[in-house]
Amino acid sequence: MTHPIEIILTRQLAEYLSVPLFLVDPKGDLLFYNEPAEALLGRRFEETGGMPAEEWSSAFKPVDDRGLPIAPADLPLMITLATRLPAHKRFRIVGHDGVSRRIEVTAIPIAGLTGAFLGAAALFWELPA
Amino acid sequence: MMRVTLLGTRGSMPAPGPDTARYGGNTPSVALRGSDGTLLVLDAGTGICRLASDVTADLSRIDILLTHLHMDHIQGLGFFGPIYHPDIDIHIWGPASSTLSLDARLVRYLSPPLFPVHLRDLPRVCCHDVPCSDFEIGPFQIRTSLVCHPNPTVGYRIEAEGASLAYLPDHEPALGQRNGHWRGPEWTSGHQLAAGVDLLIHDAQFTDEEYASRIGWGHSTYRQAFEFARRAGAKEVVLFHHDPSHDDATLDRMLHEAVRRFKPACCVSGGHEGTVYELGNGHSPPRKRR
Repeated sequence: MTHPIEIILTRQLAEYLSVPLFLVDPKGDLLFYNEPAEALLGRRFEETGGMPAEEWSSAFKPVDDRGLPIAPADLPLMITLATRLPAHKRFRIVGHDGVSRRIEVTAIPIAGLTGAFLGAAALFWELPA
Repeated sequence: MMRVTLLGTRGSMPAPGPDTARYGGNTPSVALRGSDGTLLVLDAGTGICRLASDVTADLSRIDILLTHLHMDHIQGLGFFGPIYHPDIDIHIWGPASSTLSLDARLVRYLSPPLFPVHLRDLPRVCCHDVPCSDFEIGPFQIRTSLVCHPNPTVGYRIEAEGASLAYLPDHEPALGQRNGHWRGPEWTSGHQLAAGVDLLIHDAQFTDEEYASRIGWGHSTYRQAFEFARRAGAKEVVLFHHDPSHDDATLDRMLHEAVRRFKPACCVSGGHEGTVYELGNGHSPPRKRR
């Protein structure tokens, strides 16, 4: 099944950005993350491929600044998928490389030309530890 | 059987004159006839005007399917006689934008000062927004999908009586494919429309050398059209939307050179105005005549 053109173009844009970007479908399943995101997550997209929502949302062990685990539903991407509104949060993740990083994430909904909800994209920034 | 007639194959703007007479100078339009006489017209470039003399008195409806609203794809509309005919219903299908319906967008052209007649004064014209779910017109099953081209643009896949056609006259599926590496079908614009079709009418405006300075303009090279067709498994590809600066000799040379260098996986022909393809009824590959 070919993805909607809006999703294809979002991936194309992501591949030319130096800002880490994570792209999911309306169910939250991971479609793509770009090379800068690979550096944060500690694994290449070619290795992981797409992932179901439940897998990626727990794979990176998100915790808040006090070290308490963040439920998948409270991650910005999941909030955006539920509300179809932008969401923003600071938290820590542990990548596949075992490194803990403090990040800031903004998730935005992707509403297509016809208004159809096609998924969401999250932009990441790494913060000083 | 589906009969496909190329009425205009030129891109961007008309290119009339003795040097372009063989491929033709009219902008995009393609007529499809079903065996029951149903008439679909793909795009309304200046080529659509060639069709007016073929519209017989027994025809009560014509459906015009627009891929997008760039001028070369609509500039024949106001000069297509049947839209003024009191006994012919004209249904125009095409993409809305995120804020405007098709008729609201089209009226920007079909109204003064760009055109003397206002769309609302054409009482038998009815506009329909696409993409929508798959739909049918007479014997034709039609699927649309937004594709890679600046401004809202759709491609069409049309099937009838065992034959299939994909129409992607303005399409840049290679945009963003890095280092010539094409991704899988799910990440290739238009793939699903073109998968396994008998006849693919596809953008091939540029040479590789021209494309280098026109990336993002929404058009393809011969090489990209071949690769898109190969990946989609199309049985035959018609190269379309010829650049207005390319005369007949140049187009002959481009086709010959591209076939030699890039070795397409299926039958290939340069789109000539007036060519008729007959699909279905066991014609595989499609039967062609001029």
